[in-house]
Amino acid sequence: MLLRYILRRILLMIPTLLVTSALIFTVMELPPSDYFETYVAEMAAQGEKADTSRIEFLRREYGFDKPIIERYFLWITGFVQGDFGYSFEYEMPVRDVVGERLALTVLVSVCTILMTWIVAFPIGIYSATHQYSWGDYGLTFLGLLGIAIPHFLLALIFMYFANVWFGLSIGGLMDPVYFNQPMSWEKAQSILAHLWIPVIIIGAGGTGTMVRAIRANLLDELQKQYYVTAKAKGLPPGKALRKYPLRMSLNFFVSHIGDVLPSIVSGSELTAVVLSLQTTGPLLLRALQSQDMYLAGSFLLFLSCLTVVGVLISDIALAFLDPRIRLQGGSTK
Amino acid sequence: MQDVGRAIRPETRPPGTDGLRTDVLRTDVLRIEDLHLSFATHGQLTEVVKGISLRVPAGKTVALVGESGSGKTVISQAVMGLLPRNGVIEAGRILFADPAKAGAGVDIATLPRDGRAIRKLRGGRIGMIFQEPMSSLSPVHTIGNQIEEALQLHQRKPRREARRVTEHMLGLVGFRDPHRSYDQYPFELSGGLRQRAMLAMALICQPALLIADEPTTALDVTIQAQVLKLMKQLQAEMGMAILLITHDLGVVANMADEVVVVYRGQVMEAGTVDDVFRRPQHPYLKALLKASPDFDMKPGERLVALREVAPVLPQSLARREITANTPPLLSVRNLRKSYGAKNNRVVAVEDVSFDVARGQCLGLVGESGSGKTTVGHMLMRSRSADAGSVVFNDGTGPVDVLALGEAQLRAFRPRMQMIFQDPVSSLSPRMTVLDIIREPMIIQNRLSDTEQKRRAMELMECVGLDPRFLSRYPHSFSGGQRQRIGIARALALNPDLIICDEPVSALDVSVQAQVLNLLKDLQSSLGLTYFFISHNLAVVHYMAARIAVMARGRLVEIGPREAIFTRPAHPYTRTLLKAVPLPDLDRRLDFASCVPTGGASDPASWPEEFRPAAPGRLGLIDLGGGHCVLADAGCTARDLTAA
Repeated sequence: MLLRYILRRILLMIPTLLVTSALIFTVMELPPSDYFETYVAEMAAQGEKADTSRIEFLRREYGFDKPIIERYFLWITGFVQGDFGYSFEYEMPVRDVVGERLALTVLVSVCTILMTWIVAFPIGIYSATHQYSWGDYGLTFLGLLGIAIPHFLLALIFMYFANVWFGLSIGGLMDPVYFNQPMSWEKAQSILAHLWIPVIIIGAGGTGTMVRAIRANLLDELQKQYYVTAKAKGLPPGKALRKYPLRMSLNFFVSHIGDVLPSIVSGSELTAVVLSLQTTGPLLLRALQSQDMYLAGSFLLFLSCLTVVGVLISDIALAFLDPRIRLQGGSTK
Repeated sequence: MQDVGRAIRPETRPPGTDGLRTDVLRTDVLRIEDLHLSFATHGQLTEVVKGISLRVPAGKTVALVGESGSGKTVISQAVMGLLPRNGVIEAGRILFADPAKAGAGVDIATLPRDGRAIRKLRGGRIGMIFQEPMSSLSPVHTIGNQIEEALQLHQRKPRREARRVTEHMLGLVGFRDPHRSYDQYPFELSGGLRQRAMLAMALICQPALLIADEPTTALDVTIQAQVLKLMKQLQAEMGMAILLITHDLGVVANMADEVVVVYRGQVMEAGTVDDVFRRPQHPYLKALLKASPDFDMKPGERLVALREVAPVLPQSLARREITANTPPLLSVRNLRKSYGAKNNRVVAVEDVSFDVARGQCLGLVGESGSGKTTVGHMLMRSRSADAGSVVFNDGTGPVDVLALGEAQLRAFRPRMQMIFQDPVSSLSPRMTVLDIIREPMIIQNRLSDTEQKRRAMELMECVGLDPRFLSRYPHSFSGGQRQRIGIARALALNPDLIICDEPVSALDVSVQAQVLNLLKDLQSSLGLTYFFISHNLAVVHYMAARIAVMARGRLVEIGPREAIFTRPAHPYTRTLLKAVPLPDLDRRLDFASCVPTGGASDPASWPEEFRPAAPGRLGLIDLGGGHCVLADAGCTARDLTAA
């Protein structure tokens, strides 16, 4: 029953992704010019002449003379085989451009998400169980600050004070000398030393939102009759809270895992730009600006894949967590 | 409140000396002495329990009776140590003496909140069950898990042993296959079974006291009888005392040994069930007894509401003359409705036919899931019917309601209006009462602005509310007042027929009488016709001249009130009538016979001639005098009445 449900969901992913990829491709093709024209124009503006023979070669190589449908299929079949296309701007395969940046992005994002959860859960639970206490008010206020201040602004503030007070330069994810170098002990140390600042900055807003969500959900559950039943059984307050209302409030949390996965890769573009992090965010921005279509398109499609997989994971987790979904799924329709 | 003091019988008054108390404690499981409880709101203390004293003798049942807001639930919360955070015990003692342990009892009022001592009592020595069996069980844990947890908390046992004890308990409360049910989730069980699971949870540690807070209010009448019977049985086996909190005097008469009546946080009257029912002293209790409808009422006899409302008839609503020999106002034939996918269709309503005569009130009775509300919705066209016809005829020619087009339906709407069950959610909290009552007229484009306002004022007077309240919002009214606003809204377009869907089920007994009387007065003075849907047989008995009974989507019996109540022909109707607890000590429920072993609406429990042997074989058999019963088409009236 559950297995069939999962299988059906996986099969359903295929048409979803096909439609998404077609949409992405259409949007990439919408502008009247393409990368080469932009490139030639840019060169001309700088008073230089572009290498037209090379451009012609690339155009043919990537089928720009072929009809749009054919190009779409070329791209999508390549994508499935792990060939994400060629970045014209960087003049190398997309896979190599993304390369180390992807690993770093995943590192930053996973740390951020973990921090968000580790900080938000205890605070949310405290706030809900001590509703309208000074602690609740204080923590809620801090959370609101976290939500209200834009990341990039927080990044600027951090950079300024780190420089003024400690004389530190906190930009980047490592000392620039290590970038694109093989992993070494020194490099790892450098990354760890730089990592915490973007994690705090990017995590601030998420933590605030998460605290509010946990608090609100848990407050709803605390009103429920079954919590009174649990206490009427003689359960100690802590255990009653963990087994019943907290467990129920997890539903919302699990259903959000789907949104988390893509954000692992895309990260916070603006913050990454301000802090000059070597993550994928700035890359995507630049690719969109310069119409580097394979880089941008592959990247977007990759994000869509992650979203779909994330939703699948949270649906499966929900089915495990909540017997009502597991056992009644079909009958409510 | 001098007469209150007089009304308390000596045996329930707290004893004055210590020597006496230890003596009494040996026989009383629970003694509440002069309890004062307050709630802190906005830094102000509001006293909700004002010096209540009561006792629960070991092995006996004491009923705590009162309307909503009387403080009866708060008292039970105080006994369990489960008061809301802003609740304070200001004075008084709650003495709990465990019969299993000799010696003086503990004063629960002094125990620290959620401390070890009170947690040992909760679930271990005092069990509790609640009104809503769905919401009081966790939806994501199996019932076995939840019941066993209570056992493991108080009497640690190895897993295997614990499961055995839990399954035994499930068997005791009437689960047919305890081993399988252990792993079931609450949503897989019916309401009655859920309440049984709650009972199992409360009783698995063999407590000395069971607190039951409205344990059967949310259940159907036959299920209620089953659960009440079960509680009595278990009490006889386990010997626990029961503190039964309820507003239903019928349940009290059938269950209680002693009764305590509370009103606004004070004891109005207390004594044995005999004293309270046969010799009520306090005016409040007398009024309460007179306000509850029962089957003894003669046609034309009125309920005595605690606060009567006299309608002032609006001149703009003309009285309809009812002349003899007019065609029925509403004629329903072969109505059918099914839900669900093609391979899994559930028939909610099947082959339902009836007539409602002009100026009459037709009552429709049935348990939850019988399809009675669906019928109401189909008449209003808020749900589409799969088949059948609904013909409305106010003397100007028949109108096929189900065939009306959109514009015609809109024009027809004023003829038929509806009153809903829930007085809270059926009024928009963002509209003033004036807007609520005017809305139907605005939608139908009737009258001018000033005339609409004048009509709204007349309607307010008509339902016994001060027209000056028109600018208020619904939240400033009580449940009964809101229901009267709902009635005013239904009257705004001067309809011929009003469909009342459980209009008083959410109201207290005292307010219920008031609303029922208002509906009756309006019917006779305006010549209205009612289609009255209810699960409460006593209410239908009071309101309706003709009564239809539904079970499993089919109309099983229809006839004049007299015939249905004195000569019920269908086994389902008989079970239903037998299961109603009456507030009368001389006609207590016969628990041995009133409860069928299976579900009351399960055709398998009916005699052969009422069972659908083959599809299409069942038909309404006329027993004479407009009394019809659903039975095998081959039967004659004589076969059925002889049974």
